[in-house]
Amino acid sequence: MNSSSTGTVRDGATPLVEARGLIKDYGRTQAVRDVSFTVYRGEVVGFLGPNGAGKSTTMKMLTGYLRPTAGKALVAGINVAEDPIAAQRVLGYLPESAPMYLDMMVIDFLHFIADLRGVTSDVKRGRIRAACERCGLMDVLGKDIGQLSKGYRQRVGLAQALLHDPDLLILDEPTSGLDPNQIVEIRALIKDLGRDKTVILSTHILPEVQATCDRIIIINDGQVVADDTPDALTGEGAGAMIRVVMRTESFVDPATVRHVLGGLPGVLRVDVQNAGSNTQELILAVRASKNADPREAIFGAAVANHWVLLELHRDRVSLEDTFQRLTQREGDRHAA
Amino acid sequence: MLRKSWVIARRELQSAFDSPVAYIVIVTFLLTAGSICFRVLFLTGRAEMRLFFEPMPTPLAVLLPPMLLTILAPAVTMRSFAEERRSGTLELMTTLPITDWHLVIGKFLGSFGIMVAALALTLAYPITISTLGALDWGPVIGGYLGLLLYAAALVAIGIMCSTFTNNQIVAFIMSFVLGVVLYTIGIAAVLLPAGLGSIVGYVSVTTHLENFARGLIDTRDVFYFLTITAFGLLLAERSLSRQHA
Ligand SMILES: Nc1ncnc2c1ncn2[C@@H]1O[C@H](COP(=O)(O)OP(=O)(O)OP(=O)(O)O)[C@@H](O)[C@H]1O
Ligand SMILES: [Mg+2]
Repeated sequence: MNSSSTGTVRDGATPLVEARGLIKDYGRTQAVRDVSFTVYRGEVVGFLGPNGAGKSTTMKMLTGYLRPTAGKALVAGINVAEDPIAAQRVLGYLPESAPMYLDMMVIDFLHFIADLRGVTSDVKRGRIRAACERCGLMDVLGKDIGQLSKGYRQRVGLAQALLHDPDLLILDEPTSGLDPNQIVEIRALIKDLGRDKTVILSTHILPEVQATCDRIIIINDGQVVADDTPDALTGEGAGAMIRVVMRTESFVDPATVRHVLGGLPGVLRVDVQNAGSNTQELILAVRASKNADPREAIFGAAVANHWVLLELHRDRVSLEDTFQRLTQREGDRHAA
Repeated sequence: MLRKSWVIARRELQSAFDSPVAYIVIVTFLLTAGSICFRVLFLTGRAEMRLFFEPMPTPLAVLLPPMLLTILAPAVTMRSFAEERRSGTLELMTTLPITDWHLVIGKFLGSFGIMVAALALTLAYPITISTLGALDWGPVIGGYLGLLLYAAALVAIGIMCSTFTNNQIVAFIMSFVLGVVLYTIGIAAVLLPAGLGSIVGYVSVTTHLENFARGLIDTRDVFYFLTITAFGLLLAERSLSRQHA
């Protein structure tokens, strides 16, 4: 695990959420196997991972819905399993797919949650109003939640999580099922919330975390496989991607080229990308290791072997690349 | 403790009165109760309510209020937790800073409230009867107390069964079967040898309801129903907290 890599160490920052060796078994399946991370006050952290990776299960343990099989979750220093009520006072939670009482009016539902959260009556109206304005609900207050579109329902779920003005927001896929306009709006809302709150959100949408998060935690198969800033996961730090195109000649054997380039310093792996389709050109994707620039070495190798280079271009690694690299198993990669 | 439970109970009541459930319960109760009272009044000419509280059917009235409660209570309680689990709102509720006891008591009060409303409306009958003749209120009060206690026990059983499943029909069947067993076990008691018979008789609901119907308010009978109620709620709470263990 590389949870102690760059970007996570902050001077003077206080941890608000700590997951320490969280494990959750559902019967025989282990949904979460040893997840540890720390979220500091003021951060917006994105949970990323394929379906079934264990994002929701981890969030359920942070919010006190599920008790961990092993390990512990701390919220504001409180062990969630030992004192769920105290931890739950600190956080607002939007469960996956925003479950709510469909037969209730929006305004009644918000009053209901505020009452259960113990929001005192002198501030209740103000809090509900502020949450509704922030989430754009003022026009639908008198509607039944069941009549709302998915996007509005999601907003009610967000508003509900804000009523007690919590320090921490845990949002499980806040933008799932929304249209592109609504996604942009909710994303802006989350960014706005992130200015005075700590936010942990999960998503499948990669540009979303890049747009909204200070830090990304990638979870795969119940484990943390990356925990870093978006820049570190996508920029130089993640290793560049170099596109190499050379003219196909009778003496150019793709396997040899792969072998030679693969042996150069700073090269992590070489993939032939045009397996047989373009007979004129051989297109290669060369993955550089962290902070390395093997372009010159590639050029040198081409000259030495009399290969005719047509292109040599360095790209930034996209989050998609990193995500795929970290979450796909070998078998999947070859099949794709 | 009670404040937050009351918030939950109020929502339950609102939701029940927004749907046909509460009205079906109330109307069924009023119609059955009315037909019994007026049949007694017109056929026997006596101003009394006794038959209204009797657990065992007679030729004069086959479907009696205690039997109705046995059917209606599971219908009222079946949704309480099963539906919350199915729709996922249980996750929202259990991540609010409230205990499982708040939830269980809130659900209990909500469902019990509907039963109380149905019973309270039938008070119109003894009041009417008392204007027609000299009604002895003693057995009436005892009878109502018995029905209230029985309703509480049934609601607790129903709430408990609703925590076991996310299917409200399954919850209904479980609690209805339990209710019927508690009700009819008294018939078996008659056929058993004396010692065993009296034990089984004590377990049976009917033994205790008969006392109340006669106007006897015995602490042992009160204790019996309160025990079932407490036990049902306790198991409901245990079952809930086990689920997020
Ligand atoms: N209640 C449950 N009982 C049994 N297995 C479960 C249960 N909930 C989740 N799982 C399993 O645990 C694993 C992790 O699920 P989880 O919902 O945490 O994933 P996720 O990362 O949130 O996925 P998604 O992106 O699809 O929401 C999956 O393999 C899932 O099938
Ligand atoms: Mg999920």
